[in-house]
Amino acid sequence: MCSLPVPREPLRRVAVTGGTHGNEMSGVYLARHWLQAPAELQRLSFSAVPVLANPAATAACRRYVDHDLNRAFTSSFLNSRPTPDDPYEVTRARELNQLLGPKASGRAFDFVLDLHNTTANMGTCLIAKSSHEVFAMHLCRHLQLQYPELSCQVFLCQRSGEESYNLDSVAKNGLALELGPQPQGVLRADIFSRMRTLVATVLDFIELFNQGTAFPAFEMEAYRPVGVMDFPRTDAGNLAGTVHPQLQDRDFQPLQPGAPIFQMFSGEDLLYDGESTVYPVFINEAAYYEKGIAFVQTEKFTFTVPAMPVLNPAPSPAS
Amino acid sequence: MWTDSQRKSDKKLLGEMTSCHIAEEPIKKVAIFGGTHGNELTGVFLVKHWLENGAEIQRTGLEVKPFITNPRAVKKCTRYIDCDLNRIFDLENLGKKMSEDLPYEVRRAQEIYHLFGPKDGEDSYDIIFDLHNTTSNMGCTLILEDSRNNFLIQMFHYIKTSLAPLPCYVYLIEHPSLKYATTRSIAKYPVGIEVGPQPQGVLRADILDQMRKMIKHALDFIHHFNEGKEFPPCAIEVYKIIEKVDYPRDENGEIAAVIHPNLQDQDWKPLHPGDPMFLTLDGKTMPLGGDCTVYPVFVNEAAYYEKKEAFAKTTKLMLNAKSIRCSVH
Repeated sequence: MCSLPVPREPLRRVAVTGGTHGNEMSGVYLARHWLQAPAELQRLSFSAVPVLANPAATAACRRYVDHDLNRAFTSSFLNSRPTPDDPYEVTRARELNQLLGPKASGRAFDFVLDLHNTTANMGTCLIAKSSHEVFAMHLCRHLQLQYPELSCQVFLCQRSGEESYNLDSVAKNGLALELGPQPQGVLRADIFSRMRTLVATVLDFIELFNQGTAFPAFEMEAYRPVGVMDFPRTDAGNLAGTVHPQLQDRDFQPLQPGAPIFQMFSGEDLLYDGESTVYPVFINEAAYYEKGIAFVQTEKFTFTVPAMPVLNPAPSPAS
Repeated sequence: MWTDSQRKSDKKLLGEMTSCHIAEEPIKKVAIFGGTHGNELTGVFLVKHWLENGAEIQRTGLEVKPFITNPRAVKKCTRYIDCDLNRIFDLENLGKKMSEDLPYEVRRAQEIYHLFGPKDGEDSYDIIFDLHNTTSNMGCTLILEDSRNNFLIQMFHYIKTSLAPLPCYVYLIEHPSLKYATTRSIAKYPVGIEVGPQPQGVLRADILDQMRKMIKHALDFIHHFNEGKEFPPCAIEVYKIIEKVDYPRDENGEIAAVIHPNLQDQDWKPLHPGDPMFLTLDGKTMPLGGDCTVYPVFVNEAAYYEKKEAFAKTTKLMLNAKSIRCSVH
């Protein structure tokens, strides 16, 4: 699987997408605000374009209308022939692919930042494809250094052999911000403000890169998925219990074999029967009940990120 | 010659005259409603569990029926299909001619009314507990519709005392225009049980445990009452609704300001004139006006954005209840 090389030219075409899930309110309100007043997305060498990714779901304050938009960016959805019966989000994914892509082509946007919220206690989570995305890794490092109090965790979502399916994968480089906990349909001032500040810092980083700043090699710690765990269910498929109080809200903390993970309605505890320590994330995310996921199991690992080649500084601001 | 209701009120008067308590009829039938809002999961799963295994809600001599009120909304994990089931139990909606064209919830309301109502009917349910969650930081909340209901004030006093030190707040929605026609209002003794904060579509173990305890204490109270226990006069602190406050909006009707960080999660805490209330998207603080301290509730409830309610202002007051005892003993 090829990954695109580190950018050798300044990043000019940048987009920030909100409302990919119509009930994740930080991104919805930021996108709406910037569509009216885009000034804060402007930098000397580029201006980021705000996009409201899923207008119909946003209007209905739902995650999606027919199909999860953030799972619709595979080549199978994007390249198959359109039909009148296509789900709303499949059509919309093709439109976004035209606007921000086409995925894996030379014409794609340089960078897309996608804004999300989760009901899980994930704090400030930076979601990138893999450790090979050198630009994204330096960006994550920059955010971690700028905001040590936020303890930004890096989650690398792509499983090997699997094609990327999320919105920011249409661009040459991408990152998702996942902030929680926030209920669906709720706009919290603290999370909104944090999201806004992080977006500004992402754009500042791109500007620094465009201006020829050097970014040396470093060691990065990140989490990558090794499996998922569903809720305990009855024969009929209904919930038979829920996330145990000792696991609830403990995203990114080590889960040892033998520790309780579920509490049954009848009172007993179900224990984790894996063989090694894992780091659960997306613990009790509302949108994942229907995907059969009570939490995602991850492993923590460390890797070296090579230095980013320094650009010649951008000669003039983008028009 | 005397009607049933005349006989009932004579008994009550006699009870009041012979000793200083209100003599109430024993409680025969209790319903526990879950899924009135299909994405408020604690009630949904408690009721589903009790339908499979009802041992923990049984009490001698009492019929306790768990019931899912909005099954279609539960299936879709959404608040409602056509309209909010918890707002339409008024005479007009209950009286509409049944037809396929009626909104789903209106048809459902009529079915529920026939199964559990009418109030004071011979076979009607005496008490209905309606289980809800909120995204607001309201903790354990009991909702009262009538400030003169001695029986329920006594029950709420019992529940609060039993739960202590876990706080349990009482929200009084008695108000000429703001009171709404709830599902539970078809019973003589309607009890709203609201526990938060919990996101819609999420089931938290700690919230489940709290709601379960509230129901347990409520059923214990009913059982003690039926067994003849006398409950002496008592008083409880309640928060009575004064007014609902909408978000500041722009000319397109879109929200222009958020609940201020100082008010977020501060349900039941005093909000004084001059305290921050909203924060505009441009970063300006909007303070509470007026001269009175209020106690906000339902602060930043997800389902209330469309109802144009950012929070409700309440005032704190004491409600008294006379002594009560079951008239059979």
